[in-house]
Amino acid sequence: MAARRTTKKPNVSADELKQYYRDMLLIRRFEEKAGQLYGMGLIGGFCHLYIGQEAVVVGLEAATKEGDKRITSYRDHGHMLACGMDPNGVMAELTGREGGYSKGKGGSMHMFSKEKHFYGGHGIVGAQVPLGAGLAFADKYLGNDNVTFTYFGDGAANQGQVYETFNMASLWKLPVIFVIENNQYAMGTSQKRSTSTDEIFTRGAPFGIPGELVDGMDVLAVKEASEKALAHCRAGNGPYILEVKTYRYRGHSMSDPAKYRTREEVQKMREEKDPIEHVRDLLISGGHASEDDLKSIDKEIKDIVNASADFAKESPEPSLDELWTDIYADVAPQDEA
Amino acid sequence: MPTEILMPALSPTMEEGTLAKWLVKEGDTVSSGDILAEIETDKATMEFEAVDEGVIGKIIVAEGTEGVKVNAPIAVLLEEGESADDIGDVSAAPAASAEAPAEEAKAPAKAAEPAPDAPKSNASPDWPADAPMKTQTVREALRDAMAEEMRRDENVYLMGEEVAEYQGAYKVSQGLLDEFGAKRIIDTPITEHGFAGIAVGAAFGGLKPIVEFMTFNFAMQAIDQIINSAAKTLYMSGGQMGAPMVFRGPNGAAARVGAQHSQDYAAWYAMIPGLKVVMPYSAADYKGLMKTAIRDPNPVIFLENEILYGRSFEVPDIEDLAIPFGKARVWREGTDVTIVSFGIGMQYALEAADKLAEEDISAEVIDLRTLRPIDYDTVLASVMKTNRCVTVEEGFPVGSIGNHLSATIMERAFDYLDAPVINCTGKDVPMPYAANLEKLALVTTDEVIAAVKKVTYR
Repeated sequence: MAARRTTKKPNVSADELKQYYRDMLLIRRFEEKAGQLYGMGLIGGFCHLYIGQEAVVVGLEAATKEGDKRITSYRDHGHMLACGMDPNGVMAELTGREGGYSKGKGGSMHMFSKEKHFYGGHGIVGAQVPLGAGLAFADKYLGNDNVTFTYFGDGAANQGQVYETFNMASLWKLPVIFVIENNQYAMGTSQKRSTSTDEIFTRGAPFGIPGELVDGMDVLAVKEASEKALAHCRAGNGPYILEVKTYRYRGHSMSDPAKYRTREEVQKMREEKDPIEHVRDLLISGGHASEDDLKSIDKEIKDIVNASADFAKESPEPSLDELWTDIYADVAPQDEA
Repeated sequence: MPTEILMPALSPTMEEGTLAKWLVKEGDTVSSGDILAEIETDKATMEFEAVDEGVIGKIIVAEGTEGVKVNAPIAVLLEEGESADDIGDVSAAPAASAEAPAEEAKAPAKAAEPAPDAPKSNASPDWPADAPMKTQTVREALRDAMAEEMRRDENVYLMGEEVAEYQGAYKVSQGLLDEFGAKRIIDTPITEHGFAGIAVGAAFGGLKPIVEFMTFNFAMQAIDQIINSAAKTLYMSGGQMGAPMVFRGPNGAAARVGAQHSQDYAAWYAMIPGLKVVMPYSAADYKGLMKTAIRDPNPVIFLENEILYGRSFEVPDIEDLAIPFGKARVWREGTDVTIVSFGIGMQYALEAADKLAEEDISAEVIDLRTLRPIDYDTVLASVMKTNRCVTVEEGFPVGSIGNHLSATIMERAFDYLDAPVINCTGKDVPMPYAANLEKLALVTTDEVIAAVKKVTYR
């Protein structure tokens, strides 16, 4: 891949680095647990895991401020954990329980948090892209300096509505960062077989939107790119595109045997490019943390994840009355204090 | 305590599978992410990864075993400090899915919709009887409604093709750019899917967008955003966020514009929970219902009609005319038959009623005005009085609003009916261009009269 890892000395403190390690590990362990609960029949339907892609959301979130928004597709668990949503609420939504973020009515692909400015969780590939530009439209209209991260994959990058949105976002100078999480496979179709150009980030150029390629396996490179893109948007310069090259270790969804790529390809990525191992190496080799320090973080994360699984199993199914609630609002939730 | 590794469900529909191959053996050390086994599901052969670290203490189900139930223990994992001696009496019997939701919780849902009470029509006036009236076109009434609401709430804005500088393709937004400026009256590129999605996102973000579709025919490009994003988000988010907004524009046949520009979408949108659907006839209702639509905290589909835009009606000249949703209007009282319609269908219904009166047939004419929520009570109360019903609409016959009303009347007023309900609709053909064929494809006053005569056995 053309994107480089940061070669200069990381411009972060040891504490920040440890925080990224913790945040990425939380996503990894959470997703492994979700996979396990799916295997036990506690999670149903579609479930798309984020394992391998952790550095993308953790790096991007590392540069945000309160008020910034995010919206993504159905592979959304990592985004929710990275923006500070409660693992218990996310896991309980996966199990379809009352304690879930949507009271069990959304599921893996449809979760939201007004408090954390997380606008979903959308199941229709590409539909979140105009929605994300719309969130940015609202912020510009309201006159604040918030920025919206609009995530989509290399597969969604071929949807027409993406380019309709590029046009309007640029025309109206909307403060939106289009994050193309390029994990190189649109379900089972590789980028080569689906996409006429190698460099998706250049597809904003005809609309006047700058873009760049980022190594999505390197949390520090991602954070740096996030800072740059945010500064561009906050200064009123309109949208920015980040194509973040990443890799998902697991299948597209739980029922995908992933026969469209070799086991060796996956193993190679895991061994050579793993984003968590990368930070672990930086922490150890830089003398910022000992093996014992990291072991205690591992333990702490394992406890959080196990607690979320327990919560998600113990939380009751939604009451039957919930079938008939939340179809119409009496007051728009956005207008509530 | 040693951890049992259970047969995993690896697809939404898998109940059992074949343990095709073990890739580890007893005594192997594994860490999370290592592939333990290959499992054949109902769909494919899947690799099964370890979640926890440890040593494989025992393999319970041998490779090649078919029909292994989901959640049956297939191996035992020893954690740090444990040995094979710690493995207790682990049987290979399929484990009951103890952690799955209890069976009784799966009992058939009893939370049925509350049973409706006896129908009771709301005959309260929409405005004071002594209100001064003025003559206004539908077009002017719509513009006034939008302008009044934009003055009232600065987060209301209008976006669409040609709404600003061109002053509206059908001149509905005439003058609004001058008053509210380019920030709030926004010309969009010709890109319905994109700008509908942007408007839904803006609604999530706290604004109250009014989206004008040049016609609802073009809204089909945007229907995913209208239904999947605008209508469903409140429910999918457990009430955390929704889309307070209006989608509006002309709907149905205009004149001689052919199949792609002449379709009535009333029944399409009326099917969707989460949307509200309005299709007015008179200028007063256009105004009062548009004001209510803009204030409503839910996505509202507001179906207008190009032929009606230039039609004049008496409109109350009062400070704040907001007409509630879900309240039909009885245009004409009668005793022999109930004619139910909405939108431009009202024109045929009212004309038919006039002509029928000349033949001493007294028709009660009801304008539904809103199709979601629908005022069943006014319709049912009327049918219980007249014992006969004809519905009139311009849309296609299959799955029409009339079909739905017929079913409701059959369920709730079967014993009152003296004749089957007849649905007068557009014909089951794409709209032809030729003038004579177009006329034939649309519902006509004569057809309404014929239907009434049939149900009244005249």
